[in-house]
Amino acid sequence: MILTLAAAVTLLPFIYMIAVSLAPTGALWSGSLLPAPSLDAARANYAYALTEVPLLRYMANGAFVCAMILVLQVLVAAPAGYALAKLPFRGRGLLFGAVILALMIPIQVPAIPLYVALAYAGLLNTYTALILPVIISAFAIFLFRQFFTSYPDEVLDAARLDGFSELAIVWRLMLPAAWPAVAAFATISVIAHWNDLYWPLVVITDTDMMTPPLGLAAFRSNGESTGNPGALMAGGVMVTAPLVIAFVFFQRHLIRGLGIGAS
Amino acid sequence: MSAPPDAPTVLADSRDVQPEQRSTGGVLAFPAIFLLVTLLFVPSSGVLIMSLTDYQFGMSGFAYVGLDNYRAMLSDARFLNSLTNTLRYVGTVAPISILLGLGLAILIEAQGALRGLYRAVFFLPVTATLVAMATAWEVLLHPSFGLVNTALAGLGFDKQRFLTDPDIALWSLAAIGVWKMVGYNTLLFIAGMSQIPHDLYEAASIDGAERGWRRFTLVTWPLLGPVTLFVITITLIRAFSEFETVAVLTNGGPNGATDMMLYTLYEEAFRFFNIGLAAAISVAFLGFVAALSILKVRLFDRTARYV
Repeated sequence: MILTLAAAVTLLPFIYMIAVSLAPTGALWSGSLLPAPSLDAARANYAYALTEVPLLRYMANGAFVCAMILVLQVLVAAPAGYALAKLPFRGRGLLFGAVILALMIPIQVPAIPLYVALAYAGLLNTYTALILPVIISAFAIFLFRQFFTSYPDEVLDAARLDGFSELAIVWRLMLPAAWPAVAAFATISVIAHWNDLYWPLVVITDTDMMTPPLGLAAFRSNGESTGNPGALMAGGVMVTAPLVIAFVFFQRHLIRGLGIGAS
Repeated sequence: MSAPPDAPTVLADSRDVQPEQRSTGGVLAFPAIFLLVTLLFVPSSGVLIMSLTDYQFGMSGFAYVGLDNYRAMLSDARFLNSLTNTLRYVGTVAPISILLGLGLAILIEAQGALRGLYRAVFFLPVTATLVAMATAWEVLLHPSFGLVNTALAGLGFDKQRFLTDPDIALWSLAAIGVWKMVGYNTLLFIAGMSQIPHDLYEAASIDGAERGWRRFTLVTWPLLGPVTLFVITITLIRAFSEFETVAVLTNGGPNGATDMMLYTLYEEAFRFFNIGLAAAISVAFLGFVAALSILKVRLFDRTARYV
């Protein structure tokens, strides 16, 4: 009973968002709890969000930025995680300390100098501005190190005898073996960067470069949406849908990923 | 991992190590080291330095001003109001979402067939784009046609201006915050509970703590200790970092009633370009988050085992 109520409250904004996106604006004033849907209104709302608001462009930006961030984060973090787990080198203890320290610094703290640097380099309103500052993930290094540590050393020695370079070991042995960690990290990273508003708001003012949350926030605040809540909700549905649908397929990794402590 | 950070060195050094492996370690770690320094440590130190100077965007030079920016921050009416709001927000959202999360986790664990369904439902707010969900809440809370007010009117209550009444707006944002965080906390508690060994419950039932409250106080609660601490720290950090609902729904208004720390920081830094003040706020923000993070990192490994 309590559970059902809690589940209903949790689902309420999703249901309402979908319902309003399918209904004409006038239906909101009908006084009924959920506005009545109509095919014409639904078509008009979604068409408005896709054409008058460049929502497809925002989503393409978001997809590109998230993919680049994830790939670069793994490219940087996996070898470092491997080195920390399996290769002794001078300064290893120091690096591990630095990773722990980095875990404590929220992205908003280095934001002002990063903004100044990007502004001087003429890189505001570019993909670089969205991607570059977050390609280093201390969390990824930490996570990969954890998973790599338990990998059997005998297999590594055998691979070296077979002529594997250390880098080949990372990509061809360690990463595939650490697949759960990679999947967990991927879900955390994509959720965080697809949904982030703070950093895009700082470095992007050009409509063409906006990510989904920023584009949606701009659509809401520029007044176009006040007379057209249906189109705003249609935009919300389309921006939210990819991750929610992905969640259905990757539920296990997602729960595991968030459980191991991203913030 | 509960061992000190340099412990793995001992383990690896005890094996025969080829000299070339020694140097490759540094080479493989180099990109990460370089980026940690240039993208995180240098700019974070830069903020610390900025907070002690009178630097402004576009200025070629700057002068050391000591703690002036911090003094200005602590006497700045906007900052103090924003800090108060943030603490009230955190003080509301954190306990409610943690206790609710624990309660729901216990109820869900007691469920049979529907367990997976409930888990999926409570997870939705975690993946959903908060900006989109905030706009959905805005329509839900609309002063005239929103569902919440329609329901209130139907039950004979007055309609409320949830986001524009200065006495209510902060609590409306807190309600959205609770909505956002309960699911995540619930799942963390469920993950913690699922790791409690079954024989402990059997042992407890032999001692007469068959079910219900006794079983909870005897077995579940003590073993959930690390998870609970983890949930508390992560919820405090997330609540303290609230930004989206303020930036999208209220812009800190009406009249500063919903101004919160990160929004103040954003506006002072990137809208008004008060760099000294913004840098001081950044450092204060870092101090709070770092203090909680130290706790979080220490629990990190213990919790990872449960999930």
